Amino acid sequence: MAAMVRLQRQINSLVEETYARKNEAEESRNPEYVSAVKIQSWFRATRCRSYLKHLNSSAVNIQRKWRGFLGRKYFRILIQNGVFILKLNYYNSMASKIQKVWRGYYIRKYIFNYYSRKRYLEALQVKNEIVRSELDEYAEQQAQIQQRMADEQERNNKIYAARKNHHLLSTEVIPGIYNSPFLPFPSEQEYELRSVKPLGIRRKKGDKSNRFDPAWKSYNLPRPEKLPPLVSKPQGPFREPQEVQEQRYKGFKPSLRVATNYYSLDEARKQMKAEEWVARINDDIFLPVKSRDPQYQKLLYTTSKYGHLPYGTKYFREEFLDKHITPMPFKTLVPPIPVFDKLNDTYSQGQV
Amino acid sequence: MSQRQVLQVFEQYQKSRTQFVQTVAELASRPQNIETLQNAGVMSLLRPLLLDIVPTIQQTAALALGRLANYNDDLAEAVVKGDILPQLVYSLAEQNRFYKKAAAFVLRAVSKHSPQLAQSVVDCGALDALVICLEEFDPGVKESAAWALGYIARHNAELAQAVVDAGAVPLLVLCIQEPELSLKRIAASALSDICKHSPELAQTVVDAGAIAHLAQMILNPDAKLKRQVFSALSQIAKHSVDLAEMVVEAEIFPAVLTCLKDSDEYVKKNVATLIREIAKHTPELAQLIVNAGGVAAVVDYVGEARGNVRLPGVMMLGYVAAHSENLAMAVIVSKGVVQLAIALSEERDDHIQAAIAWALGQIGRHTPEHAKAVAVANVLPKLLQCYLRADVSEDLQTKSKKALKNILQKCVHLPALEPLLHDAPANVLKHVVGQFSKVLPHDSKARRLFVTSGGLKKIQEIKSEPGSALAEYVNTINNCYPEEIVKYYSPGYSDALLERVEQFQPTA
Repeated sequence: MAAMVRLQRQINSLVEETYARKNEAEESRNPEYVSAVKIQSWFRATRCRSYLKHLNSSAVNIQRKWRGFLGRKYFRILIQNGVFILKLNYYNSMASKIQKVWRGYYIRKYIFNYYSRKRYLEALQVKNEIVRSELDEYAEQQAQIQQRMADEQERNNKIYAARKNHHLLSTEVIPGIYNSPFLPFPSEQEYELRSVKPLGIRRKKGDKSNRFDPAWKSYNLPRPEKLPPLVSKPQGPFREPQEVQEQRYKGFKPSLRVATNYYSLDEARKQMKAEEWVARINDDIFLPVKSRDPQYQKLLYTTSKYGHLPYGTKYFREEFLDKHITPMPFKTLVPPIPVFDKLNDTYSQGQV
Repeated sequence: MSQRQVLQVFEQYQKSRTQFVQTVAELASRPQNIETLQNAGVMSLLRPLLLDIVPTIQQTAALALGRLANYNDDLAEAVVKGDILPQLVYSLAEQNRFYKKAAAFVLRAVSKHSPQLAQSVVDCGALDALVICLEEFDPGVKESAAWALGYIARHNAELAQAVVDAGAVPLLVLCIQEPELSLKRIAASALSDICKHSPELAQTVVDAGAIAHLAQMILNPDAKLKRQVFSALSQIAKHSVDLAEMVVEAEIFPAVLTCLKDSDEYVKKNVATLIREIAKHTPELAQLIVNAGGVAAVVDYVGEARGNVRLPGVMMLGYVAAHSENLAMAVIVSKGVVQLAIALSEERDDHIQAAIAWALGQIGRHTPEHAKAVAVANVLPKLLQCYLRADVSEDLQTKSKKALKNILQKCVHLPALEPLLHDAPANVLKHVVGQFSKVLPHDSKARRLFVTSGGLKKIQEIKSEPGSALAEYVNTINNCYPEEIVKYYSPGYSDALLERVEQFQPTA
């Protein structure tokens, strides 16, 4: 109860204190609230920032690792390529060195041989010289032949002119124009005239130029020909008298055919038979040992079930002997050639 | 009226016919009378006389017709239009040899003018009749028939084929073997005319065995025959390698070379043509000719001949040199280049100069050695002159340019190139400077000589568009020299020096 009493006594102060405290609390409540909010916001911000920082650092970390990985990968590839190119260049240069040497060797050995080419060209030059000299010789020869022909032509022309002008020759009494009496000796032309014969009057032979040749430029037209007049005197051309004489007194030379007897063959056969008969030792014919009578063998084509022709056994071709004009057999004779037979009768025997 | 009087009329008629036809034939042989004769209607008058009962009149009428037709193609046309040909062809088979000759002469005269006229002769069936004439005994008839066949075959391949189809070739080959020179000549010419059109026709002639007989006549002394023989052989050889080889196999080779020295111009020309036609086919054939000494002979021939006769020889050298460097070298050692250079300066005709330029280009295009051989013969300035001449033909211009280009691209003989620096136009100069730019970086003596001869100065004066090949070459050359030298020789350098003198501030 004491407590109660003490409290009773203190009640006023207590109420007052309570009000004071409540007032004080009421006064400080708003600033405290603001402060609390401030503290909370700071804390939350700090916490959030730290989380974001953590996230960022994690992302950077991941990216760093990834980029490093890719970079190393590409770098390896680049290195490989670089080395490959390096090697390729090196091998190429080495290969071309080998190829150079090989090509040089091969070409010198099989394709272009300098010395053989040189030899060939030298030989060609020699050959060319030979050909040139031969051709020159040939040309010279040709020129000579032409020169000779031209000379010949000129000489012939000169001779022809001299023959044509032969009337200008001087006679014993009258000197010709080339034989001037005022000169010590006659001119050259004079000697030429003396050396040739004058042109005779040429008889026209069968005129060759009169032949008809339509396709050719140079010809004369054919003229209608008249028959020549009949003449009484005998016309030539005659053979040389010598020739005629020889033919006339030619000895009689019968040909072998004419000179031989017709029956000479038969006579010769007879002669031979006679000689053989004289020289024979035994009349029986000698037979060789081997030839015995062989068994008769029928030929395949004569044996036939139809029998065979009776020719040669029953009849021969000459069945009707009564129709023969002569009993003698015909004798084959070469028919005489009438010219040869006549020759002996009509040929001149050499009498005139 | 007695019988004599009656007959006299006929005799008189015959006499005057004869006289008319003879006079016309005589008149027709002079060109100045032809117009008058034509205007007087001679054709229609001669035609019935072809059917006259008297053979002499027939022949003379045919002769007169032939002469008229020979004169020009109008008259030949008139003969065709007048339906005279069938009569002639008909009588070609029937009549005597004189008439055959005259008829063949008319056919020849008609067909010589144009392919159409020749075709009309063929259409009349003249070929068979002419071929039958070739079998005649008389050489004169054969000759005129062969002549007519040759004139028909000469125009084009179809007509030649028609002649071949008529079976003329074996008979012409037989005609070559006859003893008469003129017949041989004409038969060879006819064969040549047949061969010239196509390989098939030439092959037909070869199959008839013509080559052996033609080859036998190479050494015949008659020049006109030789002309035809060589012409026929070259016409055969020109078509293909096989035919050329067959011609070569007839052992013509050392023998034909002597004919290059013949006195007759045309023989020489035809021989050179033959050699050219053979050489152009393959390197082997060309080599064969070279080994037989043919190049030396042709070079001599080129030296002796003048004008068009020279042309086949020049072309032969070009063909041989074109095949391979070895053959080109053979031409060079046979002194071909010198001879061609002389010919180039002697000849005035464009087409011959073009051929020579082409041949030189073929010789010089193989290696620097070849190009040097051509360059030292002093050919390049002449080629340049040909290229630059004002009145030059297009062909010569292109050929000489091509030749210059071919030679320059191989030439490293600088003394020969130097004159070209001074007077070549830009498109040739490019090649010249290019050669210098190739040689100078590697040759110190040449560099020195190039400066002293004034080449470097000339190079500096060249105006070249930047970026062009020429500018690049000039740059390469300039890089071979120290900068001062290049500056010293560049135009306007003295002015620049004077400028520097003016601007120089003397130190007090």
